[in-house]
Amino acid sequence: MTVSALLILIYVLVLASYLGFELISKVPPTLHTPLMSGSNAISGITIVGALIACNEMGYTSMAKWLGMFALILASINVVGGYAVTDRMLKMFKKK
Amino acid sequence: MSTAIQIAYLVASILFITGIKLLGKTKDARRGNMLSAIGMLIAIIATLLTINLLSYVEIFVCILIGGAIGLFYATKVAMTKIPEMVALFNGFGGLASFAVALSDYFQKSSATGVSLDAVNLTSIIISVLIGGVTFTGSMIAFLKLDGKISGQPITFKGQHPLNLLLLIAFVVTSVLVFLNPGNLVFIGVLIGISLLLGILTVIPIGGADMPVVISLLNSYSGMAACATGFILNNNVLIVAGSLVGASGIILTQIMCKAMNRSLTNVLLGGFGQTVATG
Repeated sequence: MTVSALLILIYVLVLASYLGFELISKVPPTLHTPLMSGSNAISGITIVGALIACNEMGYTSMAKWLGMFALILASINVVGGYAVTDRMLKMFKKK
Repeated sequence: MSTAIQIAYLVASILFITGIKLLGKTKDARRGNMLSAIGMLIAIIATLLTINLLSYVEIFVCILIGGAIGLFYATKVAMTKIPEMVALFNGFGGLASFAVALSDYFQKSSATGVSLDAVNLTSIIISVLIGGVTFTGSMIAFLKLDGKISGQPITFKGQHPLNLLLLIAFVVTSVLVFLNPGNLVFIGVLIGISLLLGILTVIPIGGADMPVVISLLNSYSGMAACATGFILNNNVLIVAGSLVGASGIILTQIMCKAMNRSLTNVLLGGFGQTVATG
Protein backbone atom coordinates (compact mmCIF):
# COMPACT_ATOMS: atom_id res chain seq x y z
CA MET A 1 0.00 0.00 0.00
CA THR A 2 1.33 3.44 -0.86
CA VAL A 3 1.73 6.08 1.82
CA SER A 4 -0.89 8.36 0.26
CA ALA A 5 -3.44 5.52 0.10
CA LEU A 6 -2.76 4.78 3.76
CA LEU A 7 -3.14 8.44 4.67
CA ILE A 8 -6.58 8.59 3.05
CA LEU A 9 -7.65 5.57 5.09
CA ILE A 10 -6.35 7.25 8.25
CA TYR A 11 -8.29 10.44 7.37
CA VAL A 12 -11.45 8.35 7.10
CA LEU A 13 -10.69 6.62 10.39
CA VAL A 14 -10.07 9.86 12.30
CA LEU A 15 -13.14 11.65 10.96
CA ALA A 16 -15.49 8.70 11.42
CA SER A 17 -14.23 8.12 14.97
CA TYR A 18 -14.75 11.77 15.82
CA LEU A 19 -18.24 11.57 14.37
CA GLY A 20 -18.91 8.45 16.45
CA PHE A 21 -17.89 10.29 19.62
CA GLU A 22 -20.15 13.25 18.81
CA LEU A 23 -23.13 11.27 17.50
CA ILE A 24 -24.34 10.03 20.85
CA SER A 25 -25.00 12.49 23.61
CA LYS A 26 -28.15 12.00 25.64
CA VAL A 27 -29.59 8.53 25.35
CA PRO A 28 -32.58 7.60 27.53
CA PRO A 29 -31.72 4.54 29.70
CA THR A 30 -34.41 2.40 28.03
CA LEU A 31 -32.54 2.77 24.74
CA HIS A 32 -29.13 1.67 26.08
CA THR A 33 -29.62 -2.01 25.20
CA PRO A 34 -31.24 -1.43 21.76
CA LEU A 35 -28.52 1.06 20.84
CA MET A 36 -25.85 -1.42 21.88
CA SER A 37 -27.56 -4.19 19.93
CA GLY A 38 -28.14 -1.98 16.87
CA SER A 39 -24.55 -0.80 16.70
CA ASN A 40 -23.43 -4.39 17.24
CA ALA A 41 -25.32 -5.29 14.07
CA ILE A 42 -23.43 -2.51 12.26
CA SER A 43 -20.11 -3.96 13.40
CA GLY A 44 -21.20 -7.01 11.38
CA ILE A 45 -19.99 -4.92 8.40
CA THR A 46 -17.02 -7.26 8.60
CA ILE A 47 -19.29 -9.44 6.42
CA VAL A 48 -17.94 -7.38 3.50
CA GLY A 49 -14.45 -8.57 4.41
CA ALA A 50 -15.70 -12.14 4.74
CA LEU A 51 -17.28 -12.01 1.27
CA ILE A 52 -13.98 -10.92 -0.23
CA ALA A 53 -12.03 -13.49 1.81
CA CYS A 54 -14.02 -16.52 0.68
CA ASN A 55 -14.19 -15.58 -2.99
CA GLU A 56 -11.70 -18.15 -4.19
CA MET A 57 -12.01 -21.33 -6.22
CA GLY A 58 -11.63 -24.78 -4.74
CA TYR A 59 -11.38 -25.89 -1.14
CA THR A 60 -7.68 -26.45 -0.78
CA SER A 61 -6.59 -23.19 0.81
CA MET A 62 -6.79 -22.27 4.46
CA ALA A 63 -7.74 -18.75 3.36
CA LYS A 64 -10.94 -20.00 1.74
CA TRP A 65 -12.04 -22.07 4.75
CA LEU A 66 -11.41 -19.19 7.14
CA GLY A 67 -13.33 -16.88 4.82
CA MET A 68 -16.35 -19.21 4.75
CA PHE A 69 -16.22 -19.57 8.53
CA ALA A 70 -16.10 -15.78 8.85
CA LEU A 71 -19.02 -15.38 6.45
CA ILE A 72 -21.28 -17.69 8.48
CA LEU A 73 -20.39 -15.90 11.74
CA ALA A 74 -20.80 -12.44 10.25
CA SER A 75 -24.19 -13.42 8.77
CA ILE A 76 -25.36 -14.56 12.21
CA ASN A 77 -24.16 -11.23 13.62
CA VAL A 78 -25.84 -9.11 10.95
CA VAL A 79 -29.19 -10.88 10.58
CA GLY A 80 -29.55 -11.79 14.27
CA GLY A 81 -28.39 -8.34 15.38
CA TYR A 82 -30.88 -6.38 13.29
CA ALA A 83 -33.73 -8.80 14.00
CA VAL A 84 -33.26 -8.77 17.77
CA THR A 85 -32.92 -4.96 17.84
CA ASP A 86 -36.13 -4.58 15.85
CA ARG A 87 -37.91 -6.96 18.20
CA MET A 88 -36.82 -4.95 21.22
CA LEU A 89 -37.88 -1.63 19.69
CA LYS A 90 -41.23 -3.07 18.64
CA MET A 91 -41.88 -3.87 22.31
CA PHE A 92 -41.25 -0.26 23.33
CA LYS A 93 -43.79 1.01 20.84
CA LYS A 94 -46.58 -1.07 22.34
CA LYS A 95 -46.10 0.36 25.82
CA MET B 1 -18.08 0.27 -12.35
CA SER B 2 -15.66 0.97 -9.54
CA THR B 3 -17.07 4.50 -9.09
CA ALA B 4 -20.60 3.10 -8.73
CA ILE B 5 -19.38 0.76 -5.97
CA GLN B 6 -17.69 3.62 -4.14
CA ILE B 7 -20.93 5.62 -4.32
CA ALA B 8 -22.85 2.62 -2.95
CA TYR B 9 -20.38 2.41 -0.05
CA LEU B 10 -20.83 6.12 0.55
CA VAL B 11 -24.61 5.75 0.68
CA ALA B 12 -24.23 2.80 3.08
CA SER B 13 -21.95 4.89 5.33
CA ILE B 14 -24.47 7.74 5.44
CA LEU B 15 -27.25 5.27 6.34
CA PHE B 16 -25.12 3.86 9.20
CA ILE B 17 -24.44 7.35 10.56
CA THR B 18 -28.13 8.34 10.38
CA GLY B 19 -29.10 4.96 11.83
CA ILE B 20 -26.93 5.34 14.93
CA LYS B 21 -28.13 8.91 15.41
CA LEU B 22 -31.81 7.85 15.29
CA LEU B 23 -31.23 4.82 17.53
CA GLY B 24 -30.55 7.26 20.37
CA LYS B 25 -34.01 8.82 20.11
CA THR B 26 -37.05 7.01 21.47
CA LYS B 27 -39.42 8.08 18.70
CA ASP B 28 -37.17 7.28 15.74
CA ALA B 29 -35.18 4.33 17.07
CA ARG B 30 -36.96 1.64 15.07
CA ARG B 31 -36.64 3.61 11.84
CA GLY B 32 -32.95 4.16 12.61
CA ASN B 33 -32.38 0.44 12.93
CA MET B 34 -34.19 -0.12 9.64
CA LEU B 35 -32.07 2.49 7.86
CA SER B 36 -28.83 0.93 9.05
CA ALA B 37 -30.09 -2.50 7.95
CA ILE B 38 -30.72 -1.08 4.47
CA GLY B 39 -27.19 0.36 4.53
CA MET B 40 -25.84 -3.10 5.33
CA LEU B 41 -27.79 -4.65 2.46
CA ILE B 42 -26.45 -2.02 0.05
CA ALA B 43 -22.88 -2.66 1.23
CA ILE B 44 -23.27 -6.43 0.77
CA ILE B 45 -24.80 -6.15 -2.72
CA ALA B 46 -22.20 -3.60 -3.80
CA THR B 47 -19.43 -5.93 -2.64
CA LEU B 48 -20.91 -8.89 -4.48
CA LEU B 49 -21.04 -6.78 -7.65
CA THR B 50 -17.43 -5.57 -7.30
CA ILE B 51 -15.72 -8.89 -6.89
CA ASN B 52 -15.39 -11.24 -9.77
CA LEU B 53 -17.60 -13.91 -8.22
CA LEU B 54 -15.75 -17.21 -8.18
CA SER B 55 -17.62 -19.06 -5.49
CA TYR B 56 -21.19 -17.79 -5.43
CA VAL B 57 -22.58 -21.18 -4.35
CA GLU B 58 -20.47 -21.21 -1.18
CA ILE B 59 -21.18 -17.55 -0.52
CA PHE B 60 -24.91 -18.09 -0.90
CA VAL B 61 -24.89 -21.20 1.30
CA CYS B 62 -22.82 -19.55 4.05
CA ILE B 63 -25.07 -16.47 4.17
CA LEU B 64 -28.14 -18.71 4.24
CA ILE B 65 -26.80 -20.84 7.11
CA GLY B 66 -25.65 -17.83 9.15
CA GLY B 67 -28.77 -15.81 8.42
CA ALA B 68 -31.07 -18.68 9.37
CA ILE B 69 -29.24 -19.28 12.66
CA GLY B 70 -29.28 -15.56 13.48
CA LEU B 71 -32.94 -15.11 12.61
CA PHE B 72 -33.97 -18.24 14.50
CA TYR B 73 -32.32 -17.20 17.75
CA ALA B 74 -33.31 -13.54 17.41
CA THR B 75 -37.00 -14.42 17.12
CA LYS B 76 -37.07 -17.35 19.54
CA VAL B 77 -35.07 -15.98 22.46
CA ALA B 78 -37.01 -14.86 25.58
CA MET B 79 -37.10 -11.08 26.02
CA THR B 80 -35.30 -11.38 29.35
CA LYS B 81 -32.41 -13.21 27.68
CA ILE B 82 -31.69 -10.49 25.12
CA PRO B 83 -28.50 -9.12 26.75
CA GLU B 84 -27.01 -12.64 26.54
CA MET B 85 -28.03 -12.81 22.90
CA VAL B 86 -26.34 -9.49 22.13
CA ALA B 87 -23.16 -10.74 23.84
CA LEU B 88 -23.23 -13.90 21.75
CA PHE B 89 -23.81 -12.08 18.43
CA ASN B 90 -21.09 -9.60 19.34
CA GLY B 91 -18.66 -12.45 20.01
CA PHE B 92 -19.43 -13.93 16.58
CA GLY B 93 -18.78 -10.55 14.96
CA GLY B 94 -15.40 -10.34 16.68
CA LEU B 95 -14.52 -13.89 15.64
CA ALA B 96 -15.52 -13.08 12.06
CA SER B 97 -13.07 -10.14 11.90
CA PHE B 98 -10.43 -12.35 13.46
CA ALA B 99 -11.03 -15.04 10.80
CA VAL B 100 -11.00 -12.50 7.93
CA ALA B 101 -7.63 -11.20 9.14
CA LEU B 102 -6.17 -14.72 9.31
CA SER B 103 -7.65 -15.61 5.94
CA ASP B 104 -5.89 -12.62 4.42
CA TYR B 105 -2.67 -13.60 6.17
CA PHE B 106 -2.79 -17.09 4.68
CA GLN B 107 -3.73 -15.83 1.26
CA LYS B 108 -0.89 -13.34 1.06
CA SER B 109 1.78 -15.34 2.81
CA SER B 110 1.39 -18.57 0.83
CA ALA B 111 0.31 -19.48 -2.68
CA THR B 112 -0.25 -16.15 -4.33
CA GLY B 113 3.26 -14.83 -3.91
CA VAL B 114 1.96 -11.44 -2.86
CA SER B 115 4.12 -10.34 0.00
CA LEU B 116 2.76 -8.87 3.21
CA ASP B 117 3.74 -5.24 3.70
CA ALA B 118 4.01 -3.40 7.01
CA VAL B 119 0.45 -2.02 6.81
CA ASN B 120 -0.97 -5.50 6.12
CA LEU B 121 0.94 -7.07 8.97
CA THR B 122 0.09 -4.35 11.48
CA SER B 123 -3.62 -4.48 10.60
CA ILE B 124 -3.65 -8.28 10.76
CA ILE B 125 -2.00 -8.27 14.20
CA ILE B 126 -4.40 -5.61 15.55
CA SER B 127 -7.42 -7.38 14.08
CA VAL B 128 -6.36 -10.72 15.60
CA LEU B 129 -5.82 -9.11 19.02
CA ILE B 130 -9.06 -7.12 19.18
CA GLY B 131 -11.14 -9.78 17.41
CA GLY B 132 -9.81 -12.52 19.71
CA VAL B 133 -10.40 -10.51 22.88
CA THR B 134 -13.92 -9.63 21.69
CA PHE B 135 -14.71 -13.26 20.99
CA THR B 136 -13.59 -14.92 24.24
CA GLY B 137 -14.59 -11.87 26.32
CA SER B 138 -18.12 -11.96 24.89
CA MET B 139 -18.37 -15.71 25.42
CA ILE B 140 -17.45 -15.30 29.11
CA ALA B 141 -19.97 -12.44 29.40
CA PHE B 142 -22.60 -14.66 27.79
CA LEU B 143 -21.83 -17.60 30.11
CA LYS B 144 -21.90 -15.36 33.18
CA LEU B 145 -25.23 -13.77 32.30
CA ASP B 146 -26.69 -17.14 31.40
CA GLY B 147 -25.59 -18.54 34.76
CA LYS B 148 -23.50 -21.29 33.14
CA ILE B 149 -20.54 -19.98 35.11
CA SER B 150 -20.71 -18.07 38.35
CA GLY B 151 -21.69 -14.41 38.06
CA GLN B 152 -19.42 -13.67 40.98
CA PRO B 153 -16.16 -11.86 40.18
CA ILE B 154 -13.43 -14.48 39.80
CA THR B 155 -10.18 -12.99 41.01
CA PHE B 156 -6.79 -14.41 41.87
CA LYS B 157 -3.50 -13.01 43.08
CA GLY B 158 -1.32 -11.41 40.44
CA GLN B 159 -4.15 -10.99 37.94
CA HIS B 160 -3.12 -7.54 36.75
CA PRO B 161 0.62 -8.37 36.51
CA LEU B 162 -0.34 -11.47 34.49
CA ASN B 163 -2.40 -9.40 32.05
CA LEU B 164 0.45 -6.94 31.70
CA LEU B 165 2.89 -9.78 31.10
CA LEU B 166 0.63 -11.20 28.39
CA LEU B 167 0.42 -7.79 26.71
CA ILE B 168 4.21 -7.51 26.72
CA ALA B 169 4.46 -11.05 25.32
CA PHE B 170 2.02 -10.00 22.61
CA VAL B 171 4.14 -7.01 21.61
CA VAL B 172 7.32 -9.14 21.56
CA THR B 173 5.66 -11.83 19.45
CA SER B 174 4.31 -9.15 17.09
CA VAL B 175 7.88 -7.97 16.49
CA LEU B 176 8.89 -11.58 15.80
CA VAL B 177 6.04 -11.86 13.28
CA PHE B 178 7.35 -8.74 11.56
CA LEU B 179 10.81 -10.30 11.33
CA ASN B 180 9.50 -13.70 10.12
CA PRO B 181 6.14 -13.07 8.43
CA GLY B 182 5.95 -16.66 7.16
CA ASN B 183 6.42 -18.35 10.52
CA LEU B 184 3.14 -19.95 11.61
CA VAL B 185 4.32 -20.58 15.18
CA PHE B 186 4.48 -16.87 15.99
CA ILE B 187 1.03 -16.27 14.52
CA GLY B 188 -0.24 -19.19 16.61
CA VAL B 189 1.21 -17.64 19.76
CA LEU B 190 -0.47 -14.31 18.93
CA ILE B 191 -3.81 -16.11 18.52
CA GLY B 192 -3.38 -17.90 21.86
CA ILE B 193 -2.48 -14.74 23.79
CA SER B 194 -5.43 -12.81 22.29
CA LEU B 195 -7.95 -15.48 23.23
CA LEU B 196 -6.52 -15.79 26.75
CA LEU B 197 -6.56 -12.01 27.29
CA GLY B 198 -10.27 -11.88 26.47
CA ILE B 199 -11.02 -14.49 29.13
CA LEU B 200 -8.77 -12.89 31.74
CA THR B 201 -10.19 -9.39 31.31
CA VAL B 202 -13.82 -10.44 31.76
CA ILE B 203 -13.69 -13.11 34.50
CA PRO B 204 -12.87 -10.61 37.30
CA ILE B 205 -16.04 -8.65 36.56
CA GLY B 206 -19.31 -9.36 38.39
CA GLY B 207 -22.44 -10.51 36.56
CA ALA B 208 -24.42 -7.37 37.43
CA ASP B 209 -21.90 -5.22 35.58
CA MET B 210 -21.99 -7.34 32.43
CA PRO B 211 -24.14 -4.91 30.37
CA VAL B 212 -21.35 -2.33 30.62
CA VAL B 213 -18.78 -4.94 29.64
CA ILE B 214 -20.86 -6.04 26.65
CA SER B 215 -21.13 -2.42 25.54
CA LEU B 216 -17.34 -2.10 25.76
CA LEU B 217 -16.82 -5.37 23.86
CA ASN B 218 -19.27 -4.09 21.26
CA SER B 219 -17.02 -1.10 20.80
CA TYR B 220 -14.05 -3.48 20.43
CA SER B 221 -15.78 -5.49 17.71
CA GLY B 222 -16.24 -2.24 15.81
CA MET B 223 -12.52 -1.54 16.09
CA ALA B 224 -11.75 -5.07 14.91
CA ALA B 225 -13.91 -4.51 11.82
CA CYS B 226 -12.10 -1.22 11.30
CA ALA B 227 -8.71 -2.95 11.40
CA THR B 228 -10.02 -5.41 8.82
CA GLY B 229 -10.83 -2.38 6.65
CA PHE B 230 -7.16 -1.43 6.68
CA ILE B 231 -6.19 -4.95 5.59
CA LEU B 232 -8.59 -4.88 2.65
CA ASN B 233 -8.18 -1.17 1.84
CA ASN B 234 -11.94 -0.74 2.20
CA ASN B 235 -13.56 2.54 3.28
CA VAL B 236 -16.98 1.27 4.30
CA LEU B 237 -15.42 -1.16 6.80
CA ILE B 238 -13.37 1.66 8.30
CA VAL B 239 -16.31 4.08 8.53
CA ALA B 240 -18.77 1.58 10.02
CA GLY B 241 -16.13 0.01 12.27
CA SER B 242 -14.82 3.26 13.73
CA LEU B 243 -18.36 4.63 14.15
CA VAL B 244 -19.26 1.62 16.28
CA GLY B 245 -15.90 1.75 18.04
CA ALA B 246 -16.25 5.40 19.03
CA SER B 247 -19.98 5.52 19.76
CA GLY B 248 -19.62 2.27 21.72
CA ILE B 249 -17.06 3.92 24.02
CA ILE B 250 -19.43 6.86 24.59
CA LEU B 251 -22.36 4.54 25.28
CA THR B 252 -20.19 2.58 27.73
CA GLN B 253 -19.35 5.83 29.48
CA ILE B 254 -23.04 6.84 29.66
CA MET B 255 -23.91 3.43 31.12
CA CYS B 256 -21.09 3.73 33.66
CA LYS B 257 -22.31 7.16 34.70
CA ALA B 258 -25.84 5.82 35.12
CA MET B 259 -24.39 3.25 37.54
CA ASN B 260 -22.15 5.83 39.20
CA ARG B 261 -18.84 4.25 38.21
CA SER B 262 -15.79 5.18 36.20
CA LEU B 263 -14.73 3.79 32.86
CA THR B 264 -11.15 3.34 34.08
CA ASN B 265 -12.39 0.76 36.54
CA VAL B 266 -13.96 -1.26 33.73
CA LEU B 267 -10.87 -1.03 31.55
CA LEU B 268 -8.67 -2.24 34.39
CA GLY B 269 -10.98 -5.18 35.00
CA GLY B 270 -11.33 -4.28 38.67
CA PHE B 271 -14.97 -3.34 38.22
CA GLY B 272 -16.58 -6.25 40.06
CA GLN B 273 -14.61 -5.73 43.23
CA THR B 274 -16.25 -2.38 43.89
CA VAL B 275 -19.58 -4.15 43.80
CA ALA B 276 -18.45 -6.91 46.11
CA THR B 277 -17.33 -4.48 48.80
CA GLY B 278 -20.10 -1.93 48.31
